[in-house]
Amino acid sequence: MNGLAQIRIRNLNVWYGNVHVLRSITADIPPRRITAIIGPSGCGKTTLLRCFNRLVDNDDNARVEGDVLVDGENIFAPDVDVTLIRKKMGLLSQRPFPLPMSIYDNVAYGPRIHGTAHREEIGPLVEKYLRMTNLWDEVKGRLREPAARLSVGQQQRLCLARGLAVEPEMILADEPTSALDPVSSRAIEQAFRELKDRYTVILVTHILRQARRLADYVFFMYMGELVEHGPAELIFESPRERMTREYVSGIIS
Amino acid sequence: MAGGVAEEKAALLMMRLSCLAVLSTFLGIIGMVVWRGLPTLRLEMLFRTPSAGFYMGGGGGVLNAIVGSLLMAGVGTVIAVFMSIPVAFYLNVFAPRNSHLASAVRISLDLLCGIPSIVYGAFAFAVMLMAGLRASLACGTITLAVLCFPIMARAMDEVLRMVPRELAETSWSLGATRLETALRVILRQATPGLVSAAMLSFGRAVGDAASVLFAAGYSDRVPLAPTDPAASLPLAIFFQLGSPFPEVRDRAYAAALILTILVVGVGLAARRLSAARSRHVVR
Repeated sequence: MNGLAQIRIRNLNVWYGNVHVLRSITADIPPRRITAIIGPSGCGKTTLLRCFNRLVDNDDNARVEGDVLVDGENIFAPDVDVTLIRKKMGLLSQRPFPLPMSIYDNVAYGPRIHGTAHREEIGPLVEKYLRMTNLWDEVKGRLREPAARLSVGQQQRLCLARGLAVEPEMILADEPTSALDPVSSRAIEQAFRELKDRYTVILVTHILRQARRLADYVFFMYMGELVEHGPAELIFESPRERMTREYVSGIIS
Repeated sequence: MAGGVAEEKAALLMMRLSCLAVLSTFLGIIGMVVWRGLPTLRLEMLFRTPSAGFYMGGGGGVLNAIVGSLLMAGVGTVIAVFMSIPVAFYLNVFAPRNSHLASAVRISLDLLCGIPSIVYGAFAFAVMLMAGLRASLACGTITLAVLCFPIMARAMDEVLRMVPRELAETSWSLGATRLETALRVILRQATPGLVSAAMLSFGRAVGDAASVLFAAGYSDRVPLAPTDPAASLPLAIFFQLGSPFPEVRDRAYAAALILTILVVGVGLAARRLSAARSRHVVR
């Protein structure tokens, strides 16, 4: 079973200056599942996510110890090409950030910089990924318009399509619906359900009900520690730790 | 509570008065230049060089100064753009966090911006003497480039700082390198601001008299080679204003009007240009 894990975290510690924000995390993230990372704000969920694609490198005074293995390769090894790691993972952030270009160019950005598609293949690719995120019908008539003119909900789906166009193996999502209205949130959740057969999805969320709706596997974090992790039904129905039980039943938040 | 309201009213009054000062300064300067300059502005001023006796009220124009100013400030600005953009991108995208080099550069730029232009002129003059160069169009151009480089680099630094960090992270998370991110995303987002920064320094360069006084010299002829001495509009204004003849002094205001129109015209043109590119800017 262990061989299937796409991300293996081994004794991962992160400090921001003197603050120890991730404490000795060791766990595996199963492939082609939705893994939800839950926990109260400030517990280190986002930092953990930022370790997976090494965006943590850009944070002020961040120091990382330990290993994160993606497909068996330690991504914190000194000779690793960080762009190749990031190419394996699409990121969806709390607020959508369209790039300052047209809807079409946003989706085409990844294929263009990676040179993975010929000019004539890009058009069909853009359509494919916009369809995958259920955005095609809404934007097909205005692909050349600035992406910033879309609604926030549409922008978030565009960001997802843009990430998928890089052909990643995983999708990292950091509270991807927190800026969205309920209808747009449902559209994103629906997209995740459709995608999990093909991608490993890691979803940071502070919305317990969202985790219950989507997650196959759950990490519960508290104060920088991974308190408990396991299949979703186990974490939600019969958690081993008292802390987890209190959190999932809403006693602590 | 009543005291609070009075305080607010007083503060508001102060702010409004200050805003009024901005408008009246603007209108005052433009009004004065137009009022004194327009009556003496002839087409001849734009298309002819000074004739014999120009400085005693004779015929001719300031074509020499217009060409000199446009060439020196225009080329100088272009040189400064190519020097400033790498600095601004290094400071904001490439420099490691808390980089000592970056903070040293920022402090240097701040200090350089505050140095009066006559000091740049004197510096250029000293270098030219050491190198055995005479006052010329090329030396004036380089002096103006050096003069407006810190202003432009500092302004561009501020522009790039305003680009949301998440925009760069978005591009990185798609597997783009820093250079790809800089050229394809940040440059696009920042283009309107970068154009304004370049315009601001063009305005400074074209209007500066002190730094080109020694570096470019002055000549009644249109400069045809980089080694020719070159006139500039600010110096043309200065020399004519110092004349005892009232008609020559009036012509100084006409030259000032030409200079003002030039700066405003170039600024508006650049604005039009960057507006076309700002369609995609993310706010």
